[in-house]
Amino acid sequence: MRLLPWGAALALLIAGAGWVLSAPAREPETHAALVGDPEAGRLSFAAAGCASCHIDPEADIDAGVPPVLSGGERFETAFGTFVAPNISPSPQGVGDWTDAQLVHAMAAGVSPDGQHYYPAFPYGSYSRADLQDLVDIAAYIRTLPHSDRENEPRELSFPYSIARTVGLWKRLYVSPDWVLETADTPEIERGRYLVESLGHCAECHTPRGALGGLDTTRWMAGAPNPSGEGRIPNITPAVLTWSEADIVAYLDTGFTPDFDVAGGSMTSVVKNMAQLPASDREAIAAYLKAIPGVE
Amino acid sequence: MHRTVIVSAIALAATVSPALAQDRDPLAAAMSARQSHMQLYAHNLGILGGMARGDMEYDADMAAIAAADLVALASVSQQAYWPEGSSNADYEDSRALPAIWEDSAGFEEAKAALLAAATALAATAGTGPEGLAGMRDVGGACGACHETFQESR
Repeated sequence: MRLLPWGAALALLIAGAGWVLSAPAREPETHAALVGDPEAGRLSFAAAGCASCHIDPEADIDAGVPPVLSGGERFETAFGTFVAPNISPSPQGVGDWTDAQLVHAMAAGVSPDGQHYYPAFPYGSYSRADLQDLVDIAAYIRTLPHSDRENEPRELSFPYSIARTVGLWKRLYVSPDWVLETADTPEIERGRYLVESLGHCAECHTPRGALGGLDTTRWMAGAPNPSGEGRIPNITPAVLTWSEADIVAYLDTGFTPDFDVAGGSMTSVVKNMAQLPASDREAIAAYLKAIPGVE
Repeated sequence: MHRTVIVSAIALAATVSPALAQDRDPLAAAMSARQSHMQLYAHNLGILGGMARGDMEYDADMAAIAAADLVALASVSQQAYWPEGSSNADYEDSRALPAIWEDSAGFEEAKAALLAAATALAATAGTGPEGLAGMRDVGGACGACHETFQESR
C-alpha cells in the first residue's frame, strides 16, 4: 500500500529527470555576433558534404554549377524514413532563418523552433566544427538558387518518433572531443578537423551500436552501408594499405590505385573533396595514416 | 594401385569441380565476362592515369592507343554480359545492383556518357600531357554509373 505513492513519486522523478535531460540546447547568444563569408563558405560547404544529401535528387554535384538544395532524397533506416529537407534560401527552405539559427542547427542539431533534429543530420560531427566555418556555410547557402519544394513529415516508428528521445541520445553520443586525441603535426590536425568534423566520414565508415551511436573503439573500421546494400570499407591503416599519394589521388579523381572507381555515396564525396585545395586532401591522407589500425 | 587411381581421380575432381561448375553456369560466365571487360578499362585507365599523375613518363603513342582502346571498349554493346538473374541478389561475387535491370534506360545512358567522355579524351590524349585532362570526365562517367548501379563494398 505504502509502496504505491513511492512508486508513483519515483516514476514522476524519472520522467522529470528525463524531460530535463532531453531538453534541446538553447541557441547561445554569442551566435548572433557571427558574420559569414560566402566565398570561404563555398569550400566549407564542399568539405561538409551538404549537397550530398540536400541537392535536388534529379541533379548531380558539379563544381561549376550552384546546387539547388531542394532536398527530397529519401533515406530508409532501421528507425524509419527520413527525407532530406529543403535548405535552399527560399521561404520553404531556410530563407527566413537567421544565420545564428542556421549555425545552431548545424552545431547542436536543434531547429529554430527548439526541436531536436534526428542524427541522420550529422550534427554529431558538425558539433566539432569552428563556428566561423558554419556561419560561412550559412552565408554561402544564401547565395544559392531558391527551391519552392515543401518539406514533408518524417516517417518514423515508435518510440523513435518522439523527438525528445534524441535529447537523451545526444547526451550519450555527441561529444565535442576529438577521437584521435593527439595530432602530432599541423597537417594531421587539419586532417582530423576535416575528417572528424566537417567531412563527417565516421558517420558511414564507423560501425554503430544498438542505439545508433558511433563505436569509437572501432573508429573508421567499416560498417554496413547505411543507405543501401553492401558495406562501407575499413579505412584504418590495418586494412587500407594505399599510400598517402594514392589516397590523395582517390579523393581528387575517384580512381583507386588499381583504377577501379569509387561508387555509391562515395561518388559525391569525391566530387566534394575534389573542390578543396590539394593541401586538404593531403591532410586527410595524413590523418588516415595516423589513426589506430583496427582489423 | 587401382584404388589409388580412383581416389586420386576423386580428389582431382573435387579440386576442379567448383571452377567447372561456374563455367557451365551461363549467368556466372556472363558475370565473369563483364568483370573482365571492367579490367580492360582499368588497364588502359592505369596507363593514362599513371602518365597524368607523373608516375609514368608521358608517351604520346601509348597514350593515344590506350585512349583509343577505351573508346573501343566503351563502344561494345555488352548486352550479352548482363543477363537477368545475375545481380548481387543472385550471386555473392556480383556487385551488380538490380537497378541495372529496373532502369535499363538509365544504364544505357550511363554507358553512352562513358563513350562520350572516352571519345573526347581520345581526341587529345596523344597531343601532350595536358591532353590527359579529360581523364577527370572519364572518371566522372565511371563514378556516375557505379554510384547508381554498383553495390558498395
